[in-house]
Amino acid sequence: MRRFLSLGLLCLMLLGTAVSAQAQSSSSTPDDQAALALLTALDVDSYRDKGEAIAAILQSDDERARDWLQALLDGRLQRTDDGRFVLVLENRGRDWPVADALTNEPLGEMSRRDLDRIGINNALRNQLRSAIAVVDLYSPNVERRRTSADRLLGEVDGELAETLAPVIADAEDEYVRTRLAQAVAIYRAEQGEMAGVEALTGSLHPRARVALGRAANSDDPIVADAAATALTGIEQQLKINRGLETLYFGLSLGSVLVLAAIGLAITFGVMGVINMAHGELMMLGAYTTWMMQQLLPGQPGLALILSIPAGFMVAALVGIAIERGVIQFLKGRPLETLLATFGISLILQQLVRTVISPLNRTVVTPEWMSGSLVINDALSLTLNRMFVLGFALVVFAALMLIMRRTRLGLEVRAVTQNRAMARSMGIRATRVDIMTFALGSGVAGLAGVALSQLTNVGPNLGQNYIIDSFMVVVFGGVGNLWGTLVAGLSLGVINQVLEPWAGAVLAKIIVLVFIILFIQKRPRGLFPQKGRAAEG
Amino acid sequence: MTTLQRKTHPRTLSRFATALITAAVMGASAQAVAQDDDPIKVGILHSLSGTMAISESTLKDTVEMLIEQQNEAGGLLGRQLEAVVVDPASNWPLFAERARELLAQEEVDVIFGNWTSVSRKAVLPVVEELNGLLFYPVQYEGEESSENVFYTGAAPNQQAIPAVEYLINEVGIERFALIGTDYVYPRTTNRILEAFLKDEHGVAEEDIMVNYTPFGHSDWQNIVSEIRRFGEEGKPTAVISTINGDANVPFYRELANQGIDAADIPVIAFSVGEQELSGIDTGPLVGHLAAWNYFMSVDTDANYDFIDAWIEHTGDEMSVTNDPMEAHYIGFNMWAEAVRKAGTTDVDTVKDAIIGVTVPNLSGGYAAMMPNHHITKPVLIGEVQDNGQFDIVWQTPSTVAGDAWSDYLPGSRDLISDWRKPMECGNFNVVNGSCGGSTAAEEAEAALAE
Repeated sequence: MRRFLSLGLLCLMLLGTAVSAQAQSSSSTPDDQAALALLTALDVDSYRDKGEAIAAILQSDDERARDWLQALLDGRLQRTDDGRFVLVLENRGRDWPVADALTNEPLGEMSRRDLDRIGINNALRNQLRSAIAVVDLYSPNVERRRTSADRLLGEVDGELAETLAPVIADAEDEYVRTRLAQAVAIYRAEQGEMAGVEALTGSLHPRARVALGRAANSDDPIVADAAATALTGIEQQLKINRGLETLYFGLSLGSVLVLAAIGLAITFGVMGVINMAHGELMMLGAYTTWMMQQLLPGQPGLALILSIPAGFMVAALVGIAIERGVIQFLKGRPLETLLATFGISLILQQLVRTVISPLNRTVVTPEWMSGSLVINDALSLTLNRMFVLGFALVVFAALMLIMRRTRLGLEVRAVTQNRAMARSMGIRATRVDIMTFALGSGVAGLAGVALSQLTNVGPNLGQNYIIDSFMVVVFGGVGNLWGTLVAGLSLGVINQVLEPWAGAVLAKIIVLVFIILFIQKRPRGLFPQKGRAAEG
Repeated sequence: MTTLQRKTHPRTLSRFATALITAAVMGASAQAVAQDDDPIKVGILHSLSGTMAISESTLKDTVEMLIEQQNEAGGLLGRQLEAVVVDPASNWPLFAERARELLAQEEVDVIFGNWTSVSRKAVLPVVEELNGLLFYPVQYEGEESSENVFYTGAAPNQQAIPAVEYLINEVGIERFALIGTDYVYPRTTNRILEAFLKDEHGVAEEDIMVNYTPFGHSDWQNIVSEIRRFGEEGKPTAVISTINGDANVPFYRELANQGIDAADIPVIAFSVGEQELSGIDTGPLVGHLAAWNYFMSVDTDANYDFIDAWIEHTGDEMSVTNDPMEAHYIGFNMWAEAVRKAGTTDVDTVKDAIIGVTVPNLSGGYAAMMPNHHITKPVLIGEVQDNGQFDIVWQTPSTVAGDAWSDYLPGSRDLISDWRKPMECGNFNVVNGSCGGSTAAEEAEAALAE
């Protein structure tokens, strides 16, 4: 990689001048024949030859080089059947809008059948990224300069360090300046130079740590000492960051548990119905998300937002059907309810398998939910998990409001505390049963919508969560929504704290054993219901 | 039968008995004729419901398609083929029951079936007891050889070992994270790989990370973060994934979200094929690797014909083909060829006739049945593309013969399998020169359990 970078140094200078020259006059376009030859060299089978072709493009002082390289990296540089090279502007759907790679003129839409993509492999991908980073150092776009500076960390060699010195001095952007200085410092520290070690003190970037590790083995005892001290400080920082990361992982796993369990906390906790088909209601919510994305192609974000009410409605309607069709006839017979709803869960699973497909469905994650929020070099929080965490809290708050502040909530509490008394006060207990079950089922649908962003959307989705859901509700205390929240989040954190040293399998077992022991000691869970309601 | 006797009126019973005897006599006399007219029965033992339906239902369709094609071409020995489909519902003990039903009641001539190793282990004693034929189409951990089973999927030396050699020699990887689902296939494969990396390539203990997760694991945050830190030590790092089925989607998703790119830490998977990718948004996976003996993107006429036939059979433009389907294609053709060669569907004759049978595979070469009931296969490495297909970046220069007993495990190093006469032994110990019986297999398992 380094050899390649120094190879690109020469052209880098040339490109620098080319870009500035272009600012004055754009008439310095080299012969299109030469450009075509450069691109044609890419259209070969051997990856080695492609690598040489990329180096040749970088060395040509063609100002379109960056666009070509970027398009090649994204798989958008394609060849038409008649041997022209085009840039695909948007590769979505069957027909793609394209532009001529040489003239940049839009050519309208072309069918993907008429286009041949120029393929690359991992080695070329790395080469392309470094090449683009080198070109981008001189880009007028500050974002590009920043990405480029990030990329160069750990990729600097002697020659590049020299070249970077004036770039650092001239850099207007603070971030670019510190990043490039760090990149050079990593190189210096690896060479065992004191200046490099000093500059890297406190840096959390993994490359800096590797460089310091090498410096710590240096022959010069002063440098080795300084590097070792710097490393200890960094390790300390990393430990704190790891702790925060584990906490975040725990909360996010916990929020998934809360989402899965909170609907059950209503149907099982408040109504006392053991609904084994709860997981399948979640599955239906997830399939609704998939369905919405099919109905709104190209707008996964909008589809996801619309699936929140849609998923709630679908699951709630199925919930009503289950309540009216089966559960109402089995009132007060928990064993029969358990068996009947288990049967329903199998029927729903097989129904999805037969009607839709036994295969998993693709649910696309919208752009704004992918990737992560970078806090520092050692800590970044994944966005999809953050959204689910927020969503769980919102759903919880909304449920609390419904149960505490609305007429429905009041009636639900009245009916579950004393059915006969509530009826004699004029509350239509049957209607309340339906509404409560629909609410619990609908919330399961919401959980499914959120889960579609984290896991597989397939017929087995529900099965994987049903046991966890019951566990959380029982652990938190049946009939208590707060208990479910606290139990879900704490089980998530406990699990994630155990996982690094016990492994995923053992961590799960330990959590289960812990819950069994806990239930032995406190059979009513974390927050037992008090008073007469608890007897019911 | 006893309950029947107790409950039925004596006169009905005697009538029933007469009918039975008549039927038996007529049957015996009709047998010679029936040989020519009755269809040859092909049993299909793949889950159509439950967790494994996702992978196995397409294999059932594949065998049905192959039977249809064979019938259109005039059948076999002048007789038509008939599929007998049963559904073991992803339930391992039920696999054994269904296998018994196929062999004892339906009297099928051959069975194509199973996916998971657990289900194969459940069926094994039944197939051996009733002397059936089973073609098993999935890559597996090896350490097994049965007289009645033909392994058309890859043994570890046909998938895992060449894949690791590719990583070391072509990509320059020095650190390996072995991540797998917690069951027999990943554990055995990883044990073989660990021994291989340490003994053959001198990889140090601290450069190997091993991690197992439960089936259907969906919370990968911690493990992916661990992999990221493992890869930050300055040496080129790769993940060798034996993660099974459903757990893959959240795993790859987490990798992408934590910003781990194939160019930084490539993941090479042994259980992720075209079908698994059809459930994933492959954009963030581009560049990750898989090792198989067949990819849908293989550029041969035989493969294009197969894909066309498959799309026509399923009626779905978007349906994909994968490695176990090719294994069934090879297995079915090998069996048909052996039946033709033997002139009968008799199990013992076919079993002997099939050794050495060579049929074309879909990647432009030939597959031969070896005496150890494994076949020869090319090994291909593919990179995931954004369209859910694999771009083949490397392949072995020639085909590799499957090895039932790994050369890298202490318990199985000295064992060979040869089902030809006069040896006829699945675990012959070349050191003490005796057929080990079941003890050698137990030793290998004991070594594994360590």
